[in-house]
Amino acid sequence: MAVATNVSRFEGVKMAPPDPILGVSEAFKADTDDLKLNLGVGAYRTEDLRPYVLNVVKKAENMMLEKGENKEYLPIEGLAAFIKATVELLLGADNDVTKQGRVATVQGLSGTGSLRLGAAFIQRYFPGTQVLISSPTWGNHKNIFNDAGVPWSEYRYYDSKTVGLDFEGMLADIKAAPSGSFVLLHGCAHNPTGIDPTPDQWEKIADVIQEKNHTTFFDVAYQGFASGSLDEDASSVRLFVARGMEVFVAQSYSKNLGLYAERIGAINVVCSSSEVANRVKSQLKRLARPMYSNPPVHGAQIVANVVGNPVLFDEWKSEMELMSGRIKGVRQRLYANLSAKDKSGKDWSFVLRQIGMFSFTGLNKAQSENMSSKWHIYMTKDGRISLAGLSLSKCEYLADAIIDSYYNVS
Amino acid sequence: MAMAMAMSRSNAGRGIRLMSTSGWWKAVEPAPKDPILGVTEAFLADTDPNKVNVGVGAYRDDQGKPVVLQSVREAERRILGKENMEYLPMGGSVKMVEESIKLAYGENADVLKDKRVAAVQALSGTGACRLFAEFQKRFRPESQIYIPVPTWANHHNIWRDANVPQRTFHYYHPETRGLDFASLMDDVKNAPNGSFFLLHACAHNPTGVDPTEEQWKEISYQFKVKNHYPFFDMAYQGFASGDTDRDAKAIRIFLEDGHQIACAQSFAKNMGLYGQRVGCLSVICDDAKQAVAVKSQLQQIARPMYSNPPVHGALLVYSILSDPDLKALWHKEVKVMADRIIGMREALRGNLENLGSPLSWNHVTDQIGMFCYSGMTPEQVDRLTSEFHIYLTRNGRISMAGVTTGNVEYLANAIHEVTKSSEKELKAGAV
Repeated sequence: MAVATNVSRFEGVKMAPPDPILGVSEAFKADTDDLKLNLGVGAYRTEDLRPYVLNVVKKAENMMLEKGENKEYLPIEGLAAFIKATVELLLGADNDVTKQGRVATVQGLSGTGSLRLGAAFIQRYFPGTQVLISSPTWGNHKNIFNDAGVPWSEYRYYDSKTVGLDFEGMLADIKAAPSGSFVLLHGCAHNPTGIDPTPDQWEKIADVIQEKNHTTFFDVAYQGFASGSLDEDASSVRLFVARGMEVFVAQSYSKNLGLYAERIGAINVVCSSSEVANRVKSQLKRLARPMYSNPPVHGAQIVANVVGNPVLFDEWKSEMELMSGRIKGVRQRLYANLSAKDKSGKDWSFVLRQIGMFSFTGLNKAQSENMSSKWHIYMTKDGRISLAGLSLSKCEYLADAIIDSYYNVS
Repeated sequence: MAMAMAMSRSNAGRGIRLMSTSGWWKAVEPAPKDPILGVTEAFLADTDPNKVNVGVGAYRDDQGKPVVLQSVREAERRILGKENMEYLPMGGSVKMVEESIKLAYGENADVLKDKRVAAVQALSGTGACRLFAEFQKRFRPESQIYIPVPTWANHHNIWRDANVPQRTFHYYHPETRGLDFASLMDDVKNAPNGSFFLLHACAHNPTGVDPTEEQWKEISYQFKVKNHYPFFDMAYQGFASGDTDRDAKAIRIFLEDGHQIACAQSFAKNMGLYGQRVGCLSVICDDAKQAVAVKSQLQQIARPMYSNPPVHGALLVYSILSDPDLKALWHKEVKVMADRIIGMREALRGNLENLGSPLSWNHVTDQIGMFCYSGMTPEQVDRLTSEFHIYLTRNGRISMAGVTTGNVEYLANAIHEVTKSSEKELKAGAV
């Protein structure tokens, strides 16, 4: 029965713009220059600029292969052993809140998926309530809240004059928002700036949030990766929880366990009682079911095996210290190169003060574009470089490029 | 006064404050148990030694154990330690997607040669359906989706959460426990031109009732006349008849007729990769350029949902489909699973007939795939659970994958017990 082909129903579908972050890697791959450097996506690289699969992960996978477990569906909320491990990592073992059953936790598709579940929950139960996000923030935050139908507004964060935190602006904007808003905070290693509040500043932020009866939504994508210490990197979250505040926390194991493509994370909601936590958890599940039914098992098993095995857990801590140590080392070298080469006396010490994978260079869009077009160095247009993709040997080249772009391009 | 103020300031500094026990989450009701996954939860909690789980559609061997296919185990061995864990692109593993659409459309399909297929890796069948629903909402915001009655319960959730209005079309015929073809065709004709329809490519869930080849051709023809959009959910390719090409027949018919379809594929059942969440969404387009555009938009939808899909399952699927020997082994194993189910259908029907049931059980062997739509009422199902510790969904859907030579007699006896005196209810049919 030969019939003419129908014209497509999707005739009007235009080409989407390349993703500002993931699109960078694609552009890098297409570049054939020898000197090219990928400082785009935040994926850790060794000094040889190779991806790094943690030893504990390899060991865990071997254990898993030997056990030969089946591949049955996980429950909607995810792997029980993983859930237990992830809450303990976040809040500390023996945390009262955990013992009281006050945390609603659902395994999510890494940080993105966990944020999306939280956002969808906010849309369903607090329709019209806005989320305050930092200016700037990770590019995908806006997409997530947009697609979830949650309105957002920005609070001041980055001060380009000091290349540091605009703390007064941040507090003022959080205070000015309507009571009962949601406030998205980066638990540690702010992305893209690398600028974190001090402990004292965290206290003041918590004060204002409590004053205005806002709810905090922590994005914790770098626990252990920022300072090298799991506990230290969770201190902001633990501070808020110790003050009796109800908080959302999205976690990711992409960076700290190098499980990027396995998509493993969790959405946690710390509630005032276990009864509330049970109800909240049931509704998070109801949001997950029509998205993907139940989460992928592989990454969850890796996390559970690593955290659940004391030897592996200790080894993991060492590997994390190694990774964050390498980044600190690279920061030192870059700072030294910049200071030596820039004769103008500009203070580049923010490179040392910033923490985590990223550094906000202060370069603008045109300058960032110069980095790739002239120097074959790929970064995001907001001036963010991923130090995880930088080796000691390339610091000098990078310093040259930054100085050239900063001074010769406007 | 100063002291009091100082103290209250220091208290505020420490942030000690009464927790709110109401207010924020008051409106959050406990969610109802998922009708399907909730069944397994209840089954696991039951301590009766005779308990039987014929609820969720996950394959079991004749010992009632979950199965990891040999081809999968071999694939696992091959990929261990070989790949790093870098993020996949937003559209997932390109290699896996290529193999996946070859499987769905046929290796030599014109649409593949002409690069007219926009395809992305998805979070199994659910994720693929959700991506399409969101895409439909975004680019055809005025459209609705026609969903068969009955269907997999989660279909309703998916299109609802994507904010696409739903309508239904006739599918299952309770009286015959077969296809209500006449009403289906009426609904197709009466729907406004250019409507979106959800079709199960094979092994309809929950009824197990599929159109014949002739019926598919008629449906396809009528879709052409009405310019309807066919969205296929194919979760059981290979699992239904044991033959992957045969199970994709409906899709191939529509392709031949020049329809531009979309298809959600799942590897949960046919490769036993349930917990890995690996599948594929494909959308056939006018030309290669449009396919690139559509793919880019699908990626835009995926990015704020999960950024990029999980790699492990994709590597397994690719390993199997790209290696001729592994692929051949897999085909064999799929046939074993399908054959075992067909065997259990025969056994169940045979047992019921031998027990002297007054009712007709032809549908048990007429239906195909993992599920048997028994025709039992919710009340009869409740009795099966409370009296016999047999777990299934309240629509009377039996997962034949959970039936074994060890439990088929027990199951038949129990079904006979609860249905022998309720001829009327059974004929009215549960929907």
